[in-house]
Amino acid sequence: MSLRGRIHSFESFGTLDGPGIRYVIFLQGCPLRCKFCHNPDTWDISSGKEMSVEEILPRITSCRSFLRTGGVTLSGGEPLLQRDFALALLSSCKKENFHTALDTAGSLPLTHSREVIDAADMLLLDIKSLDSNLCKDLTGQDNANTLATLDYCESVNKRIWIRHVLVPGYTLNQEHLTLLAEYLSKYKCIERVELLPYHKMGAHKWQQLNLADPLESIRPPAPFEVKQAREIFRLHAPGLSVY
Amino acid sequence: MTKKNGLWSGEINVRDFIQNNYTPYDGDSSFLAAPTERTVKLWNQLSEQMKIERQRKGVYDIDEKTISTIDSHAPGYINRDLEQIVGLQTDEPLKRAIMPFGGIRQIYTELEAYGKTMDPMVEHVFKYRKTHNDGVFEVYTEEMKQARHAGIITGLPDSYCRGRIIGDYRRVALYGVDFLIEQKKEAKRRMLGDVMDSDLIRRREEIAEQIKALGELKSMAAKYGFDISRPAQDTKEAVQWLYFGYLAAVKEQNGAAMSIGRTSTFLDIYAEKDLAEGRYTEAEIQEIIDHFIMKLRIVRFLRIPAYDELFSGDPTWVTESIGGMSLDGRHMVTKMSYRFLHTLINLGPAPEPNLTVLWSERLPDNFKRYCAEISVKTSSIQYENDDIMQVKFGDDYGIACCVSAMKIGKQMQFFGARCNLAKALLFAINGGKDVKTGNEQIGPAIRVLANDEYLDYDEVCRNYEQITDWLAKLYINTLNIIHYMHDKYCYERIEMALHDEEIVRTMAGGIAGLSVLADSLSAIKYAKVKPVVNADGLAYDFITEGDFPKFGNNDDRVDQIAVDIVKNFQKKLASHYAYRKSRPTMSILTITSNVMYGKKTASTPDGRKAGEPFAPGANPMHGRDVNGAVASLSSVAKLPYDYAEDGISCTFSIVPDTLGRTNEDKISNLVGLLDGYFAKKAHHLNVNVLDRAMLLDAMEHPEKYPQLTIRVSGYAVNFIKLTKEQQMDVVNRTFHSKM
Repeated sequence: MSLRGRIHSFESFGTLDGPGIRYVIFLQGCPLRCKFCHNPDTWDISSGKEMSVEEILPRITSCRSFLRTGGVTLSGGEPLLQRDFALALLSSCKKENFHTALDTAGSLPLTHSREVIDAADMLLLDIKSLDSNLCKDLTGQDNANTLATLDYCESVNKRIWIRHVLVPGYTLNQEHLTLLAEYLSKYKCIERVELLPYHKMGAHKWQQLNLADPLESIRPPAPFEVKQAREIFRLHAPGLSVY
Repeated sequence: MTKKNGLWSGEINVRDFIQNNYTPYDGDSSFLAAPTERTVKLWNQLSEQMKIERQRKGVYDIDEKTISTIDSHAPGYINRDLEQIVGLQTDEPLKRAIMPFGGIRQIYTELEAYGKTMDPMVEHVFKYRKTHNDGVFEVYTEEMKQARHAGIITGLPDSYCRGRIIGDYRRVALYGVDFLIEQKKEAKRRMLGDVMDSDLIRRREEIAEQIKALGELKSMAAKYGFDISRPAQDTKEAVQWLYFGYLAAVKEQNGAAMSIGRTSTFLDIYAEKDLAEGRYTEAEIQEIIDHFIMKLRIVRFLRIPAYDELFSGDPTWVTESIGGMSLDGRHMVTKMSYRFLHTLINLGPAPEPNLTVLWSERLPDNFKRYCAEISVKTSSIQYENDDIMQVKFGDDYGIACCVSAMKIGKQMQFFGARCNLAKALLFAINGGKDVKTGNEQIGPAIRVLANDEYLDYDEVCRNYEQITDWLAKLYINTLNIIHYMHDKYCYERIEMALHDEEIVRTMAGGIAGLSVLADSLSAIKYAKVKPVVNADGLAYDFITEGDFPKFGNNDDRVDQIAVDIVKNFQKKLASHYAYRKSRPTMSILTITSNVMYGKKTASTPDGRKAGEPFAPGANPMHGRDVNGAVASLSSVAKLPYDYAEDGISCTFSIVPDTLGRTNEDKISNLVGLLDGYFAKKAHHLNVNVLDRAMLLDAMEHPEKYPQLTIRVSGYAVNFIKLTKEQQMDVVNRTFHSKM
């Protein structure tokens, strides 16, 4: 049990990463290089702070009274990248009776990630794009693993919240959104879809890391555009709750 | 009217009346009524007048000719045709009265600041009449004056009135004034002893003054056309009678905090009866409450501009405590609890009255959610933990000022402002000398540690012990003088007339700079701190090498230091004799004075530079709590209420989008946060749900935000009434947001 993982940071009052108040642990490292990433400082697997499950767990249990209607979320980076550590942490949280969520882009093959998915109560699954080419352009990788993850969750009836970032010029597009809505509407495991407008709050991190921000010229979507995107989902995926 | 009888029927016992007659309400907010046309008109009229008030540097007008007493002014109205509840402090709304018994010098300063001159008659009277302020400064020792000047003991109520006493204004409604006078007369007849010593003489004189004050209260109400010698008969009378009691208090005393108590559930008993008997409709009852609350919103005191540095934004602390649990296990939420909060919707947000929800995990879920909803909409509510207070104070206590619980009508406090403990640490390092005031020897001359290469934790702690031994004793003795003189020259006649004769008194000390001190000690213990000395060999700055645990991250290594600081200082205060055998208590509360304390304190070992503000109250220092709000609040929750019974204030501010994705999520998350925090035995939380960008815009365009309300340590203010400095402090500090 002296397994150690690389931790980017903690957010003890996570209110946007799963139901209720969540203790969010951001794991270091990501295989994707999303152009719209707002936390590029989580990419590098060799950075972050090395910590053991035993060091982390008391931080969470001491906040138990706040987490009664929420739980623990493992986020990143891509938490599945540190598979063994993620599994150990999730299992320990489960033993402490916390509800657990995995915030992932499903970007790793199921052979690698299945066990961790099984250990979590739910997934927050980030679908970057249904269009494989666009996905590759946006993230550096196609969407095959993500979609396989979704199928797997459907087959084992794993509760899912889908997240999808609306990037003007990329994903904020009526045709794309319609296809995505129709595609997702077939899955019974999906409980909620969160359409997240691309924002500029991570721009300074690209600068700090001396990285050229590929979306420097892209503006955040206007409120009406976000509203329209939600409307598309209400129309084409009427069974899903869309936020 | 017929009410279920009990002990209350034959003696003054408001609690017994409430417990026998109130109706807990479990439903939701759907019964609430919108403002009536009269309410809208009246509020608009007042809002216009408040706009003029702001244009006139914050003071609408002053009646400089009339020395304010309970019965001094002719009746005043906002709009006689519209207002359902009447009574003003002077003959015009917002016009401020002079109350010179606290100190005549302040009146000169105040009048000068607002372009008025001293009235010759008033001046003449105070050639012969001594004031509280005169008395205190005649008796202060040199050491006390020095400590005050150096700002290690600060904000003392020696040049303003102490406040923080809650009259049981409900008694006026429940019993009528004649019965109260009878009871006081009877008590005076019984107040005998073998020896007529100064204590007994004083108590007999006080009760005589109380009886006179009750007579003046009756006379004041009569001028408005009401005979309040008898009990109130219905909701409107109950509110009116109660308000007259309160009005008498704010006409007599310009106290720093003039709280109203715990009135909503009491008043609900009248409302339930009137609804059942068809006397009033819901809309009419809400109108009465809206008009009552309007009156509480326009309580005004004349204060010196320097007061603003301490307590910015013209606060009056008309604190009303809502909710909580009964000792028999029923919750005390009634429809009236909702109606009071609903005034924030009907009239818009406002800092006063200081609406305080006594939170218990066992409160009904509907009510919890309603409170959270109103917090999200208005940022005007503060929350305090009934589960830890009820054990100490029962189920009929109220909050005075910000966070000070007291049994209503049975307990009072001697307000003591606070000591600057961050400065005490610098005294410990610099051998009792103050680098901020020319290296003067203020405290005891102990060994100077500033010339050591690195500060040694144990040595610093030993010196800190000596400094705080000296400080605690000096502090309590200083307060003893202040309160002796306040009782003598500025006694709260009507407020104390609405108390029992045998009361519990506390000497309410306080501390500022807790998180600065805890982080500084942590730096000395876990990192290396090198003093930077001036020509006199005293540390005026520090170089800190390496990292150290910081308060606000739920890290026991430093949180325990903070806990020990609190316990340690409270024990020291408690070891001294306090005036009138009062029990020393302590608060961790700064109000807005954290800015001023910072100004008066040199650089500290935690990395805070000279002049930079402290965190408010018990808050962690801004930007050092890096693990989110739950970890931050968990640190604060560790501070032991048993050792800070006068209250532990914490302010939580969050950007709306960060509280949750949907409105329902936001409400649930706020309820979860409050439940989680108070389950950890935390004491108090201010909740702000505000956009930074909006605050910045309000600084630029105050006229667009006349009612923008923000909670700061223990109270709420109109944001636009804060000084620029304090606005920036609020904007920069305590905001929890993330990406």
